[in-house]
Amino acid sequence: MATARSKTTSFSRNLTSAGAVSHIPGIKHGPNGTIFSPPESQTLTVKILGGGFPLGSLVMIMEDAEAPHHLLLLRTFMSQGLVHEQPLLYASPSRDPRAFLGTLPSPVLSKEEKTLKNEQEQTQGESIAVNLICGSPWRGICSVQSLLNALALLILQALLLFVIHVLDFWKRFQDEDKEMSKLLTGYQDMVGLLHVHKVAQINTQVPVILEASTFSIKLQRRRSLVLERLNQAPVDGSSGTSYNTSTSCSGSSKASPLDF
Amino acid sequence: MNNEAIEEDETRVSDCAGRVVLIQDCVETSGAFLLHHLMKRKLSRESSEIVVFVAFAHPFYHYDRILKKLGCNLVTLSQKGRFIFFDMRKLDCLDEVGGGRTKSGLVELFHKIHKAAEVIASPETKICITIMIDDLSLVEVAAQGSSSYVIDFLRYCRTLTTEVGCTLILLNHEDIYSNSEESTLNLELEYLADIVMKAKPLATGLAADVHGQLTVLNKRSINEHGKIKKRIQNFQFKVKENSVEYFYSGSRT
Repeated sequence: MATARSKTTSFSRNLTSAGAVSHIPGIKHGPNGTIFSPPESQTLTVKILGGGFPLGSLVMIMEDAEAPHHLLLLRTFMSQGLVHEQPLLYASPSRDPRAFLGTLPSPVLSKEEKTLKNEQEQTQGESIAVNLICGSPWRGICSVQSLLNALALLILQALLLFVIHVLDFWKRFQDEDKEMSKLLTGYQDMVGLLHVHKVAQINTQVPVILEASTFSIKLQRRRSLVLERLNQAPVDGSSGTSYNTSTSCSGSSKASPLDF
Repeated sequence: MNNEAIEEDETRVSDCAGRVVLIQDCVETSGAFLLHHLMKRKLSRESSEIVVFVAFAHPFYHYDRILKKLGCNLVTLSQKGRFIFFDMRKLDCLDEVGGGRTKSGLVELFHKIHKAAEVIASPETKICITIMIDDLSLVEVAAQGSSSYVIDFLRYCRTLTTEVGCTLILLNHEDIYSNSEESTLNLELEYLADIVMKAKPLATGLAADVHGQLTVLNKRSINEHGKIKKRIQNFQFKVKENSVEYFYSGSRT
């Protein structure tokens, strides 16, 4: 009796589908019934984008034609999938895509972990990374739309094995500028700026207000990618000011305060 | 307070049988919450209206989750026949027939909508029908950039507003064209629409407690003297999970 009643309540949770997903490595449940693929480095998606990439979404990295730093982000996203042992499909118009795959970063490991890792086979990946070149813009949009539909379908039917693409990114590299170096601490180490242009609203109507939308990209010892918040969070009238709350989202030693 | 006054205006907007309502938004500020708001009103217990929803942007479960938080169960309503959902995310309108292009996809879609509307709108039962299209820019994508096909489709849909007294609610994006010459669809839509609602971000940038500003242009508003007049209203909004707060600019500290 009691179990029958509990099944009819509107608060009962569909555990069958949740259980099926929970065993997939690198997958976790987010708000509003979304399923996230959190990255190995907690920097970008967990702290900045609020949980990871929702499965079935599309992330767009808009490159700066003069700087190759979009590849840095692409490598990081791809390696996150590999770390979670999820299949990775990489499509590229370049003549030698294998050369690019050879440059994927590996997670930062301690010495003991490293030896362990070397004994294991090369893992498989999760995401779809596509370098799109299309003759007609409408054809391009159509193919992206079909890709999205396929992703959504796989989520429902193939139990979310494919990665989500999530957001629109807009990345810009700025040339060295003496004035900028005065304004920004650690300017010498910065290789570019990342601007989060749009964040998906999945299963919700409430817009995601990020704590900051512009970040500096730093490479530490040419090994780890560090993102630091550059601008302040929008001031919330109801909860006071957001000043003095600036912390580094990457966990690195210091944030970059603006000197004015 | 303000919210009530605006809600009252909104009620008038939503009592717009036989009209075409256009919602325009942009990347920074989504206008989808207006669609949810109007859907909730149409599907409320007090009204007996039927909603025909043509989805190009999101799947059913996306709307189901959002509307559940607003107090509407779309699964139950669709079982009762009050909510009809067409998932059109895979629509590809143009077929190559003997080298020539046909627009069979959109024609088929119109026939589907027409059929659904005719079945519901029998002369003895005076039930209001609302047709909602959640992303017109994706209709254009499905037609591979042929905005004239989309405009034709919308004109056909518009005939239903007089034929069976339907309300047509359309969502489109304002900022998808790089130059003004290409935005014929948006201009045509503004002519077609009786009510235009525009959601835009604040000029001062992103804020946590004000999500954007809304401009409502009602071309056929009836004033206190019973005359038809154009009416423009501006207010700001904050979107929450189970409601939307509307307030006049500067009325919040």
